Amino acid sequence: MKARLEQVAHTRSGDKGNTSNIAVFAYEPALYPLLKEQLTAERFKAFHREAITGEVLRYEAENLHALNFVAHGALGGGVSRSLSLDNYGKALSAAILGFELDVPEELAPLLRERRSA
Amino acid sequence: MSENKLLRIGSGAAWWGDRVEPAALNAERGDLDYLCFETMAEATVSAAQVRARRDPSFPGYDTYLDDRMRAVLPACMRRGTRIVSNQGWINPQGAARRIVELLRELGIRGVKVAAVGGSLITDRVLELAPTILENGQPTATLKDTLISAEAYMGAEPIVQALREGAQIVVTGRVADPSLFLAPMMYEFGWDPLDHERIGAGSGIGHLMECGAQVTGGYFADPGLKDVPEPWNLAFPIAEVDAQGNVTLSKVAGTGGAITLQTVKEQMLYEVHDPAHYITPDVVVDFTRARIEPLGPDRVRVTGLTGKPRTPTLKVSMGCTEGFIGEDMFFYAGPGALRRAQLAKKILEERFKIVKLDAEEVRIDFLGLNAIHGAATPPDAPEPYEVAVRVAARTRTREEAVKVGREVDGMAVSGVGHTGKRVPHQERTREVIGVWSSLVPRGQVAAHIDHFTS
Repeated sequence: MKARLEQVAHTRSGDKGNTSNIAVFAYEPALYPLLKEQLTAERFKAFHREAITGEVLRYEAENLHALNFVAHGALGGGVSRSLSLDNYGKALSAAILGFELDVPEELAPLLRERRSA
Repeated sequence: MSENKLLRIGSGAAWWGDRVEPAALNAERGDLDYLCFETMAEATVSAAQVRARRDPSFPGYDTYLDDRMRAVLPACMRRGTRIVSNQGWINPQGAARRIVELLRELGIRGVKVAAVGGSLITDRVLELAPTILENGQPTATLKDTLISAEAYMGAEPIVQALREGAQIVVTGRVADPSLFLAPMMYEFGWDPLDHERIGAGSGIGHLMECGAQVTGGYFADPGLKDVPEPWNLAFPIAEVDAQGNVTLSKVAGTGGAITLQTVKEQMLYEVHDPAHYITPDVVVDFTRARIEPLGPDRVRVTGLTGKPRTPTLKVSMGCTEGFIGEDMFFYAGPGALRRAQLAKKILEERFKIVKLDAEEVRIDFLGLNAIHGAATPPDAPEPYEVAVRVAARTRTREEAVKVGREVDGMAVSGVGHTGKRVPHQERTREVIGVWSSLVPRGQVAAHIDHFTS
């Protein structure tokens, strides 16, 4: 079945100059292998289209069940000179939550659903 | 301090604009040994230099120094809580003198306040730091635009000031985690070259330096990641042992949450390689950390460690890079996006007519694509309301002014149903570009001045 990343993982972005790091954390350890397999650096970069102009590196932190994407050229030339309203890219980590993953049926009970208020 | 003693270190600020009341709460009710303030961003020093040039009355330290210190000094001095703060910006001596004045106003005498300076190396940076890290160019290319250069110092000068008896240490540029590491080094007597302990302490400092970002701030996502009482967040408290293990907590009765998830998110915040997080003191390794929730709002972190420090220190160089002009105007209702698209076309043509000389122009539809830009899904639904937001980066202020002047023209010469503000705020601002380089650590010497209230 298909699932959006927001059902599988939570994310946070941080800034350094013109580089944004977006860390992706599996909610459940059993879902982490899906992230490693399907959310590659290439797919991460392609998902953001021209919003990331440079190289994307992916680091794995097994102990945190996390992937850390380091996206060069993601902050419009750098925090200080960017013309973006969100010049720190603090909201950028929400975009990837819409990434679609293939999830085996047996893992479906582990997926999060957004509860209504 | 005995081997079994737990050191309690609280956060008092995570950035210049941070709230003051959680700092006061930590001072009053955190039962703290140390309260640490982080108030500097990448461009803080350069912005302060620009302001100091223009406004001789600007003292060059945190503009909220008085507010923050008045809020915490009585409780900290009563309880014996020491303070470590980077509110000194470009004038740590001035900040220390001001803190002494505030102490005297409160009738608190005999308190030792130390100023740690030495990070500013503007006059030497072009010789000491040959290459710009971001683009590989020689730093000499910044010669004509350089405002300020400062090295990121580590914890050692703060430890020195504490050893010399300071109860309050106020610094210029110091790496953020070092503000929290220094009390651990001083109290536990850690060797600056013991990279495992220093790595652990710096890792803890990293978890603390962004304050509420580990206690439920910058985290809530309704329905998926809910946070109780997010209007009442506390700043974190680290209970550290002599081995460099930590339990993170906060004052009881506050909102927010410290959970496995909040700690994980903060652990990788602004980190690139999680096994090599470079600070002036050490190279932190987060990949062997274990995070264990102990109970409500109590999370234990063990296994933080590090590798030997690098022979260099990072330098930030702030440069004048021209100006940005920006403004926005609004559409709503059926056809709003079509009207916004026509308005964008009109502006693009107008910028040609008035010969706008810009390095970059950006016209976004706020409500559709202004935040995620090109990463916005092509099939994103059309918004009911949209703001046209226009920005341009130019070499001169005269060019930047054209942005607002052309938006003014949209009031009566634009599109139907245009909503627009009468300009009530400055629509141009100066750009301070920040570049980085490395200097040999031996070339940066801290100096410490002592004052007494």
